[in-house]
Amino acid sequence: MLKVAPPILIVSQEDPFSVCARGAWHVHALTIDNTLANITSSLRELPAGKELAWDLSGIDILDHIGAQFLWNIWGRKRPVQLTMSAAHENFFALLERAAPSLLPAEPKPAPDLIDVFFEKLSIASEHLLAFVALIGQLMLDLGRFASQPRRGPWKEISANIFHIGYQALGITALVGVLIGVVLSYLFAQQLHTFGGDIYLVNILGVSIIRELGPMLAAILVAGRSGSAITAQLGVMRVTEELDAMLVMGLPHGFRLIMPKVIALAISMPLLVIWTDAMSLLGGIVAAKIELGLAPSYFLRKLPDAVSLANYWIGLGKGVTFGSLIALVACHFGLRIKADTESLGEGTTNSVVTAITMVIVADAIFAIVFSDVGY
Amino acid sequence: MPDHTEAIIRIQNLSTQFDDFVVHRDLNLEIRRGEIVSIVGGSGSGKTTLLRQMLGLERPSNGTVTVFGEDVHKADSVQLQRLRNRWGMLFQHGALFSALNAFDNVALPMRELRTLPEDVIRDTVMLKLYMVGISPAEAMKMPADLSGGMIKRVALARALALEPELLFLDEPTAGLDPSLSDSFVELIQSIRTEMQLTMIMVSHDLDTIFALSTKIAVLAEQHVVAMATADEVVKLTHPFIKEFFLGARGKRALEGLHESA
Repeated sequence: MLKVAPPILIVSQEDPFSVCARGAWHVHALTIDNTLANITSSLRELPAGKELAWDLSGIDILDHIGAQFLWNIWGRKRPVQLTMSAAHENFFALLERAAPSLLPAEPKPAPDLIDVFFEKLSIASEHLLAFVALIGQLMLDLGRFASQPRRGPWKEISANIFHIGYQALGITALVGVLIGVVLSYLFAQQLHTFGGDIYLVNILGVSIIRELGPMLAAILVAGRSGSAITAQLGVMRVTEELDAMLVMGLPHGFRLIMPKVIALAISMPLLVIWTDAMSLLGGIVAAKIELGLAPSYFLRKLPDAVSLANYWIGLGKGVTFGSLIALVACHFGLRIKADTESLGEGTTNSVVTAITMVIVADAIFAIVFSDVGY
Repeated sequence: MPDHTEAIIRIQNLSTQFDDFVVHRDLNLEIRRGEIVSIVGGSGSGKTTLLRQMLGLERPSNGTVTVFGEDVHKADSVQLQRLRNRWGMLFQHGALFSALNAFDNVALPMRELRTLPEDVIRDTVMLKLYMVGISPAEAMKMPADLSGGMIKRVALARALALEPELLFLDEPTAGLDPSLSDSFVELIQSIRTEMQLTMIMVSHDLDTIFALSTKIAVLAEQHVVAMATADEVVKLTHPFIKEFFLGARGKRALEGLHESA
């Protein structure tokens, strides 16, 4: 580091009052330990209301921050009596020239409750409109794909199925087994008190196949792939790749959004079956340990306990949740602006909205199919 | 004159290798206080890599990089922080923090010191922005709302925020139109005389190289083939130097240099 004397102010109390600045008035010397505190305490010794003679000739090194510091002590104007070495003149000449450039006051209107309400309303309606437009575009793209399947984005679809479906097998299996074990223990204890041990197959089978399998898979995929899709589209905005695609005549809807929606609509039902199987496996193992229920009995009983309609509802949920997650992720991804804050905000909103939408859709399924499959 | 002053950067026997691709082999370079050195070389010759190694962002396979007497790749965190307070870097695309406006971008390094009073910070930031020609109204804008030239100016102000003794410039005039890049060169020159800086610059722009640099370091064949003033370098007969400086563009730029001299 610089081997220099620390910056100090020496105040002479004799008439005429003079202040002597010595040492290195350099930003790194000024910020060492309590140098600034020492200077501020010597400033308090300054007699008020008197004309002071400033002597800066003892300063070894001066920089803009040091000069600005002195300038602010002087009340942003040059003192009448000032001596300094010629080399340091430049700094204060520059300060005098730059003096008028002060910050403009930031306008801060008081937030009006009604204004806030209408602003939120307009943002919400804008989101809704854009989402509807996205679905409309998707329908047009699907039509185009159906009419010319040979020119479709097959590679993108297959790559997305690999990333979203295949690579999620591990995590969905782990979470599925653990939830199966937890539920099995929970139900087994409750059923045991009523002596209804054998109904474990019914309650576990229906709840996992109809509700929990699709929900678990959807929440995991929303967190895993929804965020990835949003972030990918956002970074493509930042790096202008989205614009490059448009310029080359590669429409976003057909090449980016539709492949992701199709890939998720295909891989989600498969993931649902996989999660169902893994959860049931965990449930069977736990039932054997807790109630001594034989796995062979469990498997034999399962087709009678859970009607086929429940499987179809589970698969239907998979397709719906998958398409919803992809659409929400693309919707937020395309709205990201070219800055880091918007990227983080967009990804958060995407995952939160996707999970909320999935739960809303699940509730709608529960109401619509309330008479089916019991 | 420069030979008597201390070497600020000393690179010794530096080698860099990416898998099987050798970028630098036994590269030596010394930069002294007050010099403005342009590093030139063909694309892929490792100019930017060399710059990043001087900044400690990348580690060479072999050899040492010493800045202000400290080995950049062996220094502990305290020594490194001290080094980092003494240098500034202007990135090719500015690298402004997109979540902060221009003012806060420049204020950030000063606020990070945690000791300077806010009024001094505010006034110094406005002074630095004034020095690079950014008006107070533009200071409150976000980087996304600034033009490319203004982003470079704000980035320069941020690089200069802590009064560095050493300034690294990566393609300072790339992406600027000719008149903007001329004014940027003038700006760097004026700041250099005002702040007595040592500068290391990676550039392809011959006008910028001739206008600013006191020395040119030519990177070719994996090491520094020449390190001399512009006039001396163009007299050398190395094929890369001939191609780079004595093409049609190079001749025009050289004529310009001699007319203005």
